[in-house]
Amino acid sequence: MQIVSIKRLRRRELRSKLVRSGVLFFTLLTLLPLVYILLYIVKQGIGAINWSFFVQLPKPVGESGGGIANALAGSFIIVGVATLLAVPIGIASALYLSEHSNGQLAGAIRFCVEVLVGIPSIVVGIVAYDWLVKPMGYFSALSGSVALAIMMLPIMIRSAEETLKRFPTSLREASLALGVPYYKTIIKVLLPCSLSGVLSGIILSVARIVGETAPLLFTAFGNPYLTTNILRPMQSLPLLIYNYAISPYDSWHQLAWGAALVLLIWILLLNILTRIIIRRWSVRY
Amino acid sequence: MPSPLATPPTEKSSRYSDTTEATRSLSRMRRLTLRISYAEKKDRFFRNGLLLAGLTILCLVIAIFLTLVIGSIPSFRATGIHFFWGKVWDPVTGVFGALPFLIGTLLTSFLALLISIPFSISIALFLGEYFPPGKGKNRLAGLVQEAVELIAGIPSVIYGFWGLFVLVPIVRNIETQWHVLPYGVGIFTASLILAIMIIPYAASLSREIISLVPDELKEAAYSLGATHWEVIRYIVLPYARTGIFAGILLSLGRALGETMAVTMVIGNTSAIPTSIFSPGNTLASVIANEFTEAANETYLSALIELGLVLFVVTTLIHLIGKRVIRQFSTT
Repeated sequence: MQIVSIKRLRRRELRSKLVRSGVLFFTLLTLLPLVYILLYIVKQGIGAINWSFFVQLPKPVGESGGGIANALAGSFIIVGVATLLAVPIGIASALYLSEHSNGQLAGAIRFCVEVLVGIPSIVVGIVAYDWLVKPMGYFSALSGSVALAIMMLPIMIRSAEETLKRFPTSLREASLALGVPYYKTIIKVLLPCSLSGVLSGIILSVARIVGETAPLLFTAFGNPYLTTNILRPMQSLPLLIYNYAISPYDSWHQLAWGAALVLLIWILLLNILTRIIIRRWSVRY
Repeated sequence: MPSPLATPPTEKSSRYSDTTEATRSLSRMRRLTLRISYAEKKDRFFRNGLLLAGLTILCLVIAIFLTLVIGSIPSFRATGIHFFWGKVWDPVTGVFGALPFLIGTLLTSFLALLISIPFSISIALFLGEYFPPGKGKNRLAGLVQEAVELIAGIPSVIYGFWGLFVLVPIVRNIETQWHVLPYGVGIFTASLILAIMIIPYAASLSREIISLVPDELKEAAYSLGATHWEVIRYIVLPYARTGIFAGILLSLGRALGETMAVTMVIGNTSAIPTSIFSPGNTLASVIANEFTEAANETYLSALIELGLVLFVVTTLIHLIGKRVIRQFSTT
């Protein structure tokens, strides 16, 4: 009896260890392709990057060299305008949600934010096309920015609300008791205290949409030339990667790998920036 | 003896009776009340501004929904309910049936889910049970978590690009060995790339759920002599079951709406796929491919209707998943 039970115990222990190594194995197996993707992009992209890569326009097929200046400038402009559109609405509605956290309207708005999170990016593209491209009659960078702004809003709102909600009532009451008007309490006390959360929410939402392609396909559309007119079609990094990746030309693939690496580094830098902000500027109450 | 208090303070009273002083203090009062009312006005303005921003979000979602509904009316008039089980999608002759894309979408998403589940659950167990980062100094776990987070941020178009140049040749080799038509692109390739893309998301969701399992329950099981695996098998997994299910549901929502990577490797044919290796199309990929080419109103409207279907399905899945997770984490 004793021997049997010890045998059983050994078997149970063995099974537990087997599962443990199985989990370890599967985890490393999963990381393999994931890390491989990163390394592959770095390997392919690093060869394409030099000075002219950043300052020149793409050359026509057959000529070597060329760069992605138009896509870089376009991405900056499209994302910049999207940020300008999304930030005021996003931060203001996050303030509304944190100020009226139990209200019925706030509940409805929170539901809408949740819907916006789940919306497929291609659908946002359709909507921006219907709202801006169709009435204006041509593709434009502005419509792309609107599409991206719609995608930025929910990320920004959720992150900002999370921080704003934690602001202690005692501080708010102290400010109001001094006779400071409500709006000044919000702008000069609440917002500075929550700056890290609000800023990191904004940067995080930028990092999420920098690489979005689907909403730009039929809004910003792409453009082989350098342009700064936001009412006209404009190139952007993800669009360039998509168009050149599915093209049959090797020199274009090379440009696309370089652009992919630049995009990845851009996103990585934004993520690092978010962490620095959270670490440095967080206020503990 | 007269009290010192009774003596009238002649000097001061003369000051108060000074009319210019009185008017000055009165005007100071008036200015103060003016400033207060001005601040109140600004307050009201500010509050209304916040309300307006909130209402904008509300209107945005309603407007998106209405735009899609209104946009799909012409197509609905032309094809009606038959749209959903029409097997042929031929824009040239004006026949629009969404069945090939519905099948393509469901096939790729469920296949991707099937492939990804063992991997994402094992990462979740790795980070949530075996090597929780943050508790003690665990280099490996920290590294794994960093890698997972980094990879979750890679844009979908880059996954597609990589899939096109690395995955497609591999799949083509497999197909030649198995003696099926070696397209390379197709449902299977799309599922693989989707699986790789949703693993980080599903893993981080499931990890959070697993780390919510109360320590008391686990310790009780340990004290009864359970091994680590038995604790996971009989305590952690049953407790976290609904949460993990919700996590899988949310990843399914992601996979259904994923556009770029799928579009680049699925092969883009609007026929009903005959096997998992045949090329196909999903709801999202057909929109991405054909939207700018849609020449007439019905064609465009049919694509918008596909978008509406995609929107409704993914939103429902997302909302249900979120609700289950919220219920799980509050109990």
